[in-house]
Amino acid sequence: MTIKPPVSADPSAMNKNRIIALVALLLIVCALPFMVSNYRTFQLTLVLVYAIALLGLNILTGYNGQISLGHGAFYAIGAYVAAILMDRFGVPYYLTVPVAGVVCLAAGFLFGLPALRLEGLYLALATFALGVSMPQVLKEKHLEHWTGGVQGIVIIKPDPPFGLPINQDQWLYYFTLAVLLVMFLLGWNLLRGRVGRSLVAIRDQPIAAEAMGVNSALYKSLAFGVSAMYTGVAGALGAIAVQFVAPDSFNIFLSITFLVGIVIGGLASIPGAIYGAIFIQFVPNIADQISKAAPWAIYGVFLIGFMYVMPTGVAGAVRIAWARIKRKTGGAGPT
Amino acid sequence: MDAFLNQVFAGLATGGIYASLALALVMIYQATHHVNFAQGEIAMFATYIAWTLINAGVPYWPAFFLTVAIAFVLGVLIERIIVRPVERAPVLSVVVVFIGLLVIFNSLAGWIYTYTIKVFPSPFPKEPVHLGSHLFSAHQIGAVGVTLVVLVLLYAFFRFTPLGLAMRAAAQNPDSSRLVGIRVGWMLALGWGLAASIGAIAGMMVAPTVYLDPNMMAGILLYAFASALVGGIDNPGGAVLGGFIVGVLENLLGAYVIGNELKLAFALVLIVGVLVVRPSGLFGRVHVTRV
Amino acid sequence: MAALLQVSGLHAAYGQTRVLHGIDFALEEGSITALLGANGAGKTTTLRALCNMVQTTGAISYAGTRIETRATEDIVRLGIAHVPDGRGTFVNLSTEENLRLGAYVRKDRRAVEQDFERIYSYFPRLKERRHQQAGTLSGGEQQMLAVSRALMLRPRLLLLDEPSFGLAPLIVREIFDIMRAINQSEKVSILLVEQNAAMALDLADHAYLIETGRVVLSGTSAEIRSNDAVRRSYLGY
Repeated sequence: MTIKPPVSADPSAMNKNRIIALVALLLIVCALPFMVSNYRTFQLTLVLVYAIALLGLNILTGYNGQISLGHGAFYAIGAYVAAILMDRFGVPYYLTVPVAGVVCLAAGFLFGLPALRLEGLYLALATFALGVSMPQVLKEKHLEHWTGGVQGIVIIKPDPPFGLPINQDQWLYYFTLAVLLVMFLLGWNLLRGRVGRSLVAIRDQPIAAEAMGVNSALYKSLAFGVSAMYTGVAGALGAIAVQFVAPDSFNIFLSITFLVGIVIGGLASIPGAIYGAIFIQFVPNIADQISKAAPWAIYGVFLIGFMYVMPTGVAGAVRIAWARIKRKTGGAGPT
Repeated sequence: MDAFLNQVFAGLATGGIYASLALALVMIYQATHHVNFAQGEIAMFATYIAWTLINAGVPYWPAFFLTVAIAFVLGVLIERIIVRPVERAPVLSVVVVFIGLLVIFNSLAGWIYTYTIKVFPSPFPKEPVHLGSHLFSAHQIGAVGVTLVVLVLLYAFFRFTPLGLAMRAAAQNPDSSRLVGIRVGWMLALGWGLAASIGAIAGMMVAPTVYLDPNMMAGILLYAFASALVGGIDNPGGAVLGGFIVGVLENLLGAYVIGNELKLAFALVLIVGVLVVRPSGLFGRVHVTRV
Repeated sequence: MAALLQVSGLHAAYGQTRVLHGIDFALEEGSITALLGANGAGKTTTLRALCNMVQTTGAISYAGTRIETRATEDIVRLGIAHVPDGRGTFVNLSTEENLRLGAYVRKDRRAVEQDFERIYSYFPRLKERRHQQAGTLSGGEQQMLAVSRALMLRPRLLLLDEPSFGLAPLIVREIFDIMRAINQSEKVSILLVEQNAAMALDLADHAYLIETGRVVLSGTSAEIRSNDAVRRSYLGY
């Protein structure tokens, strides 16, 4: 795996242009729920949820090079923490999200410790085992009192606060968007500095990184923890949005879908998480519209096609396109 | 004691299936350093082809060998047409292509043959076989026998034929192989073909027990993957042994310890435990990297 | 008579980095020709270019046919054996299997079996170690194995990349002596790439000096050896 981090161009010009672009984008994103149906708004909320989960997985796999085939498990833990707190303890929904994050941070860190000894495929198998076991554990009889067993838990959709003149779906969308902005800002801060460089150094040159004083054991388990925290927060938000948790919605295919999402979106890229989230939310629907008989075959063709055209994901393709435009316009192109 | 022995033997029979599929995984891994996640689905699809042939009136053994040949061609074609263009792409991009293949084959099988389970015939007699004072199912013994024959044939092929030698060479040092005139691209394709054939045999051996349906290979592939890793992914002999170990372990756990519900999860946790202690697998080479 | 190997205007690049900037040289049938130069001059790249292992432009003709567009594995079939940089040993295979691979493209099975004995007579040590994993051989033995693997092709042209690299002088001398013997008794033409100019000039009839991707000097070994600049920079006296 060799993923080069994006080369940042002239910083002052970039900041100004980029901020304008980002503000414009944010305005559009804020306007979206008023332009589409409630169902579409719900789908867009899920895109935001997945984007947070994918950013989490990307911290681990994209930036730190540790492959996880079991991130659905952390998503499930986040979702169940939110559901149990709301259902059994009457905790307000907005408080369940940080709690889910903290629980998953701890779970991820603890799982990361033994995983330190495993590399590459062996880690892939260990995480795969985690992903496969999670639904089984959630169905366990001794936990049924909390988890509701196979039936799962139904939770109530929150109303918008302060008498805001919007409906529940729209409110959830904005709530999720706010959490996403916080998480992305946090992630951006974390990844562009010392920590990000250390994670990448461990991925590309583990021995040299260690020799230069990067505590790779600590960083690797931290990466696991932070990654799980993101995914757990996403899980909590997802549970609130879907209003339902059950063991079988968190099967191994969820984990694989996350992996597909970060690869299609672009490894080691923050915007890549959003591209990937759009893909995993909408492409299955498109495939279903193309062929009712064998939708997954169409989905598979999409996967392979994307990898042919953009072997480094959408973010990679965007990066290459920028570089090309820049070269053509003599360096004065969009930044 | 009888029941215990029967469980062990049933474990060996499924272990043989895991061993075959693990071997197919190891073959592709050695040549390309990729784990072919679609291996199980290709095997499942090949088994459907065998089912079609048998239903069309072809006797079992001709259908068996025809399927092996068709699977070989299918494997070669997949490598040439689908995998080739992403040869130089990042590892995870290739993984996504494999996932794409997996869902395509799964979905195609469901579309062509529907998701209802089908009975797949066994070539071996229905009556149980007496071995000493024990009774064993003839199919289980036959499946173990077929697996062993496949393993011996493969060993002989790689050890004693020029083509087998060239394939081993191409897998470990492609540049040098080109310099002695080996067509490395074709060796990879051939490897895929062989892997698909082995998978097809595994599919036809397991289908009489688990019944034929598009999802029949999902769990089996996982066990095969675990077997390959337990044995050491760069060691074909280890992968085979790993298959038998995992097969027996899984069966005994299911029968005596925790029941069928949790056995997959438990077996995996156990395997991961082994790997934490021995990170290169039980029989894998410990890689020492020079800085 | 035309040369066995005629290279003109050879350019080569690794991605964006251009390494050769128009190299011209020729090799007469039956001769030993050396390409000399410092680290990074482009000697190895030149050899790789001959076997189409890098992107190239320019003309390469071998025995009267143009070969620059042929695939590596087809160039071997024309009788060009290449002992690559780093020896290219198949480390997990046995010594004997390594040699067998050298004869992979040959159809004359019986002659191949005889060639094993011929090789073992040149390098008896390889016979002792024929069932050993090649990766466990010493550096000198691996170099002997690499040369032998190339000879198993019964090549018309042998390309040797730094056979002296990292080896004790005594072993280098042994290998060079055998190269001379093979050149004389079997009429194998040899293109030798070396940093060790003194040894290479002892062995070669002709030599070319390469600096930063260009040929800067050529002539017979005697002429090159008597050149003042070469003496100062490459021979050190």
